[in-house]
Amino acid sequence: MGIDLRTPVGGLFSALGVLLTAYGAATRGQPGTEPTGVPVNLLWGLVLLGFGLAMLALARRARRAGRSDRGP
Amino acid sequence: MLLYFACVLGIGAVLKRYVRTSEDFFLSGRSIPAWVTGLAFISANLGAQEVIGMGASGAKYGIATSHFYWVGAIPAMVFVGLFMMPFYYGSRARSVPEYLKLRFDEKTRGLNAVSFAIMTIFSSGISLYAMGKLLHLLLGWSFDASMLVASGIVLGYIFLGGLTSAIYNEVLQFFLIVFGFAPLVFLGLRDVGGWSGLVDRLGTVAHANGYAAGAYTRSWAFMGDAGANPVGVEWLGLVMGLGFVLSFGYWCTDFLVVQRAMAANSMTAARRTPLIAALPKMLFPFLVIVPGMLAMVVSSTGVGGPAAASAVVQGVPAAVTGAALSAPPERAAALRQGIVPPKLDPHTGNPLTDARGHVVLDYDLATPMMLVHFFPAGLLGLGLTALLASFMSGMAGNVTAFNTVWTYDLYQGYVRPGASDAHYLAMGRVATVVGVALSVAAAYVAASFNNIMDFLQLVFAFVNAPLFATFALGMFWRRATGHGAFTGLLAGMVAAAVHHGLSLPAGAQVGVKGGYLGVVTTYPSELAQTFWTAIAAFVTCCVVTVAVSLLTPPRSPDALRGLVYGLTPKPTDAVARWYERPAILAVIVLTLTLVLNVVFA
Repeated sequence: MGIDLRTPVGGLFSALGVLLTAYGAATRGQPGTEPTGVPVNLLWGLVLLGFGLAMLALARRARRAGRSDRGP
Repeated sequence: MLLYFACVLGIGAVLKRYVRTSEDFFLSGRSIPAWVTGLAFISANLGAQEVIGMGASGAKYGIATSHFYWVGAIPAMVFVGLFMMPFYYGSRARSVPEYLKLRFDEKTRGLNAVSFAIMTIFSSGISLYAMGKLLHLLLGWSFDASMLVASGIVLGYIFLGGLTSAIYNEVLQFFLIVFGFAPLVFLGLRDVGGWSGLVDRLGTVAHANGYAAGAYTRSWAFMGDAGANPVGVEWLGLVMGLGFVLSFGYWCTDFLVVQRAMAANSMTAARRTPLIAALPKMLFPFLVIVPGMLAMVVSSTGVGGPAAASAVVQGVPAAVTGAALSAPPERAAALRQGIVPPKLDPHTGNPLTDARGHVVLDYDLATPMMLVHFFPAGLLGLGLTALLASFMSGMAGNVTAFNTVWTYDLYQGYVRPGASDAHYLAMGRVATVVGVALSVAAAYVAASFNNIMDFLQLVFAFVNAPLFATFALGMFWRRATGHGAFTGLLAGMVAAAVHHGLSLPAGAQVGVKGGYLGVVTTYPSELAQTFWTAIAAFVTCCVVTVAVSLLTPPRSPDALRGLVYGLTPKPTDAVARWYERPAILAVIVLTLTLVLNVVFA
C-alpha cells in the first residue's frame, strides 16, 4: 500500500552513512574523536551506508519485478 | 537528527493521501506485509522503558535479565501467533476489547476498554517524562521543550497517516535503535576484553555482593534458590509468574502489540507477525542488556589515551555527576561502580545508601552513561537519535492503541453509535490530539507526584494480571460465559490486590510495596512478589470464571462460530514457500530460544 517502506529506510540510512563517514574522515586522528582507539565514526558510517544502499537496491528490484508483472 | 525528524514527518505526509476510511486510519486497511508488521510489533514494545529499563536490569541483575526475553516473551509470542491470531484476525474484530464483546458481552468489553485506555495514556506519559528528564540530565536541554517537540512530532505523523504511519515509523525506529546501539556493545566488549573478560570482571562484582562468581553471567545455574541469584527469584515463580501469566497476559492480550498484527494483509501474515518479531527479539538481550552489564565493569577512566579520556570524563559525565545533580564530582565518582553513578538524594545531594550501608546505584543511567562514555561526537548523535526513536516509538504505540480503543470501543460503543465512517475518522484524529495532550499532562503529573506513578503502576499490574485467564478460557472453552468472564476478571484483580497487600518483599517498608493488609509472607525480592501476585490473580480468575460460567446459561454454538477453538475451521496457510508457514517458523523460533537458554544457562 502506498509506498515501499524500503525506500525511505534506505534513503535515511544512506544519508546518515554519508554524513557519518564524511565526519569521521574529516576528523580522523583529532583528539577526542576516537576515545576507544577505533575510528568508529568512519567505520560505522560505512556500515550504515552499506545497509542503506542494500535497502534501496531491494526496493528497486521489487519495483522492477512489479512492473514486469503488470507489463504487456 | 534533523534528517530523521524530516523523514518521519515526510512519511506521515505521503501516507495521508491513502487514508480514506476509518479502517485505513485505525487498522491500516489490513494491507501491510508481514515483515513490516513484525518489526513494528517489537518496535512498539521497544519503548524507553525497554531500552533504559533493560539496561538498568542488566546492570542490576546481570544476564538473568534475559529471562524477560527467552522465558518472558518468545513462548508467548509464538503462542499468540499460532493459536490466538486466528480468532483476533478471523473474527474481524477491530480491537481487543471488541473481541471481548463478540465473545462475551458488553460489560466485559467496557471494563477492558476503559482500563486499557487509561493505561495507555499513563504509560505514554511516564515514558515522556522519563525522556524529558534524561535529555535534561545528559544534554541540559529544557525539560518542557524536549517533551513538547517529541510529542509534537509523534502527534504530527499519527495525525496525518494513522496506524500505517505509526507502523512505518516504528520500523524506521527499529533499525535506528539497532544501528545506534550495536556499536556500543562492540566497543564495550572490546574494552573489557571480550565476553570472557566481561565474565571475569562481573565475577569480581558478584563476589563483592555475596554471590557465586557466575551469578551475573549465567541465567539458569543459580535459579534453584532465590537467595543465590541477584534477581531473588526461584525457578518456579519465574517460569509460572513471568513466563506464563505475565508474559502471556501482555503479548497475547495487549492491544498495543496485537494491533500491529491485525494490520497485516492476510491471516497467514497476521499469524507470522509475532513469529517474525520473535527472531530479532531473541537477540535483543545482546543489544539492550549487555550494555547495562558492561556499564558495571568498564574502566571509568576511558581507554583511548589521556587526551581522549579526559575529553569524555570531563565532558558529559562530569555534567551528569557534577553540575546537573549538584554533587561533589570526586565524591560521586569514588562511589560509582564501573560508570554507573550512585543515586543521589534529591534534597540533600548526597548519595543514597540502603539499610546495610551499601551505596544505591542509579541503574537507570547505565545505558545513557555507556553512550556518552564510548561514543565520540558524530556517533553520539546517532546514539541519541536512537534513544529518542525508542521514546517516540513507545509513545506512538500507546497513542495509536488509545485512539482506536477510544473511537471504536468507547465512542462508537457508548457515546454515539451508528454515525458515518467519516465521522469516526474525524473522531480518531481528535482522539489522537487528545491522547497526546493527555500524555503530556500525565508526564507533568509524574513530574510532580512520584508516588502517584508508583501507585498507578501497581493498579495496572492488578488489572492486567488476570487478563490472560479470561482470554484463554474464552478462546478455548466454549462453555465460558460473559457473566463468568466479568466476575472472573474482577475477582482476579481483587485477588492480586489482596495478595499484594498481604505480602512484602524483604527489606521493604509497609506501604506502596505491599503489606497494607498485614504482612503474612515475605518474598526475597520485589520481582518474586510481583510474579506470585500474578499467579494468584490468574488462578483466582480461572476458578471464578469457570464456577460462574457453569452457573449461568451458555451461548449457542452458532453465536460463537469464529470466536472459539473447536467451533472455528482450522486456518489453512495458502503459501508456497516452507519458510512462510507459521508452524514451521514457530518450531525454528522455539529451537533457537532453547539453544540460547542452554548456552547461557
